[in-house]
Amino acid sequence: MTTLRIDNLNVSFSTEAGPLHALKNVSFDVPENRIVGIVGESGCGKSTLINAILGLLADNGSVDGGSILFEGQDELTTLPPSRMRDLRGPRIATVFQDPMGALNPVISVGKQMLNIQYRSSLSKEEKLNRAVEMLELVRIPDARAALARYPHQFSGGMKQRIAIAMALMMEPALLIADEPTTALDATLEVTTIELLKDLQQKIGCSVMFISHHLGVIAELCDDVVVMYAGEVVERGTVRQIFQDPRHPYTARLLECDPARQSERTRHLPTIPGEIPDLRARPAGCIFANRCDRVSDTCSAPPPDKDIGNGHIARCFVADIPVETGVTA
Amino acid sequence: MSEAVSNPAPGRMAELWRPIRKILREPLGALGLFLVLFVIFGAVFADLLTGWDPVKINPRDRFQGPSSQHLMGTDQLGRDLFARVLHGGRIALFVALVSTAVSLGIGIILGLIAGYGPRWLDNLMILLFDAMKSFPTVMLALALVTLMGPSLTAVMVVVVLVTVPGYARIIRTQTIALKTSEYVTAAQSMGASSARILRVHILPNVIGPLVILASMDIPVVIGIEAGMSFLGLGVRPPTPSWGSILNDGFTNIRDTAWIAIAGGVPIIITTLGFTFLGETLRDVFDPRLKGR
Amino acid sequence: MSSDPILKVEDVQVSFPVGGLGRKSAILGVAGVNFEVNRGETFALVGESGSGKTTLARAVNGLQEISAGTITFEDQRIDELDRKAMKPVRKRMSMMFQDPVGSLSPRMTVGDLVTEPFRIHGIEGRNLRDEAERLLTLVGLPTSFASRFPHQLSGGQARRVGVARAIALDPALIIADEPTAGLDVSVQGEVLNLLNDLRERLGLAMVIITHNLHVVHHVADRTAVMYLGRFVEAGDTEEVFSAPQHPYTAALLSANPEPDPDKTHDRITLPAEVPSLLARPAGCEFHTRCPWTQSRCSVDAPERQVIDGRAVACHFPLEPGARPPEMEEKAAS
Repeated sequence: MTTLRIDNLNVSFSTEAGPLHALKNVSFDVPENRIVGIVGESGCGKSTLINAILGLLADNGSVDGGSILFEGQDELTTLPPSRMRDLRGPRIATVFQDPMGALNPVISVGKQMLNIQYRSSLSKEEKLNRAVEMLELVRIPDARAALARYPHQFSGGMKQRIAIAMALMMEPALLIADEPTTALDATLEVTTIELLKDLQQKIGCSVMFISHHLGVIAELCDDVVVMYAGEVVERGTVRQIFQDPRHPYTARLLECDPARQSERTRHLPTIPGEIPDLRARPAGCIFANRCDRVSDTCSAPPPDKDIGNGHIARCFVADIPVETGVTA
Repeated sequence: MSEAVSNPAPGRMAELWRPIRKILREPLGALGLFLVLFVIFGAVFADLLTGWDPVKINPRDRFQGPSSQHLMGTDQLGRDLFARVLHGGRIALFVALVSTAVSLGIGIILGLIAGYGPRWLDNLMILLFDAMKSFPTVMLALALVTLMGPSLTAVMVVVVLVTVPGYARIIRTQTIALKTSEYVTAAQSMGASSARILRVHILPNVIGPLVILASMDIPVVIGIEAGMSFLGLGVRPPTPSWGSILNDGFTNIRDTAWIAIAGGVPIIITTLGFTFLGETLRDVFDPRLKGR
Repeated sequence: MSSDPILKVEDVQVSFPVGGLGRKSAILGVAGVNFEVNRGETFALVGESGSGKTTLARAVNGLQEISAGTITFEDQRIDELDRKAMKPVRKRMSMMFQDPVGSLSPRMTVGDLVTEPFRIHGIEGRNLRDEAERLLTLVGLPTSFASRFPHQLSGGQARRVGVARAIALDPALIIADEPTAGLDVSVQGEVLNLLNDLRERLGLAMVIITHNLHVVHHVADRTAVMYLGRFVEAGDTEEVFSAPQHPYTAALLSANPEPDPDKTHDRITLPAEVPSLLARPAGCEFHTRCPWTQSRCSVDAPERQVIDGRAVACHFPLEPGARPPEMEEKAAS
């Protein structure tokens, strides 16, 4: 069963300077019990995507078409707000970059973890035990004593782990993690990622993991979706994306990661140019102005080419592997 | 993560028009702007709008009701009320604008010093501000008038003393907040002096909200002037002030109500106008100030 | 690279008072650091939060008072200079800050921002407009950007403006605090390439502060790794990278692996968290997290050893390719 199926989603915002087409024909699946990584840089639309899924688009934003199907039955784009509220928390949980977004600074950790379980029919004692269980799972030392403490008494890394514990306590079907480790030190990031992996296996939920940190994505995720300027330019399994990228943006992005170059070089690769203004999207391929394989064909909208085994790239020359450097 | 899309620089004319258009879009804002302009117009062109001398006494024409000759009637000394009201507008606006300007000037300087200077200086100044603020306005007015005698200057000194602490406080808080910004540190790292940092980096970034708040205080200032003049502590007769007109009309309010109306209505219109305009400015430019 | 030190940092300590009423103690943000930077060289300070790298950078730039030690720049002691005496030094040493847009005064135009150093130092006889254009061109920005405001710039563009401002007065040393922070991966290279370029063209020395070891690998001649305010290892960058001797360096390297799904098993995971500066561990301060720790490590603080230009503070420096004992056991079983 597919936990989340996004099909041809289009979202735009009305601004003073005209409509801004933030998401264009976005399609991908988050299958049951899989970790899907969303890779993208600034302006790729991942925040808009998350807000669209959670029903939290700003007032000037609207879904112009497409569907977000949750667990094969709930159409999130048309769900009434009350039903969406029911889903948010117990069925769809979130973890953000700043754990203080989830933690109330003036309520003790234990009380907050009790509050989250308000829908459960367990006794208070049982709920507290469940909270301790979760804190131990995320390796908070001295879990029972931790219940009485306040968020500010924990370090940044621990706060994030508590936020993860709170998100997963109700065993949701889908966990959306938006750059959860970006603000953490590298050595801490590593521990947190391993934790997430562990927990996902234990609980069996699906995870949508958004990050711009390629190393983490390669380590943690089963499937990868690459976003650029509001479009999904490539998607596939983690091996397909990292070992056989077919979209020029993906290939170039991988090249740019400094960890990818084992040879010391004084001249690091970059992707020249900038994302086009999304209020005036070009008619053809959105990456054309920065692409090294561009040709005249690219002035028409590129198709989603199926390269086989679920590996899809939105490019005219996607069937030609990148090494050969051939243009359309 | 920063936005990869950079905003192109807008044209100069568009920059200037936009704030005005925003204000006009709000009904109260448009009304406020209209009323304020109306009052300013009346004050500036007072001599063109009426032929009557506001201080000339005509005992034969006293207590006349509104007519085509005297648009608002005459008072107990036969002076044309419309002329007095228009000239009273000059006083009100003069007091409002000059004392607010002086207040802002002093408040900004004190606030910057308190915010950026050493801790002990800051503590001292806060003590000073709190002391000034705790004085009831009326007592302050009485005390000052006893010292200086009733006059326009006395009114302005009262206004300045009453409003400076508030402005200084705001600037001080903003300065403290910005003192640790990275661009201030960058300036220090380049060797900029404190004076330069305050003038170039901090002042432009704290002054915005203050101007909006000051515009919302103008009704208060006008009220202070009118109130003091009403009590005889302000402008000396025969200089027309809305407050003194109000006072004149107060004694005979049952028989010659138009005098009191001539004094009171301009106060109301100006207060409303500046209040609406100020609140709209605040809502449009800095919604963070809504709590005040 | 000739040994011609432009900056000498000796036994520098920076302490911060803590504690409210009654109890007054201090934490050591920088606990004793020694290094030199030669003319034209890039030196990197690598560390995570709490390592003291930013504090050290600010101390070198005179923005932070030191509580012990000396800082010598261009043969002049600068750690005891007052603000006035320090001003001329600031023409020779400039700093770039972490937040690309936040370090630019929001109401100043780009043109004014890059020429501000001229105005601060009262340099006469220069047409500031021309200078602005020259600097913008030098960093690869169109001259039309001179009329833009910081909020109209992308992160990469703002970063370049910061660079332009830093080189305005032709300094001998630039301190760059996290030059790639806030930048997308695809544009990080821009800034680093630019800095490298300028360094070669203008003969600049650079101190780069970062938490990203991989960035350092490509731009720094020598690297020092910091932990809790001390250097745990320092030396030629390539050597530190290929054969780290301190366990923390090894852990840092393995925390940022090559993005390849099939290469993820050699991870050195550090237990627990960075200790608080208020409660520094006894002996070797890294022993609470070190995968190779032995009994001696919790008792004796290791001496700094310098062998072949490499400094390391560890009782048992690692051999090349060493893996933690636990992992060796797992592999063997």
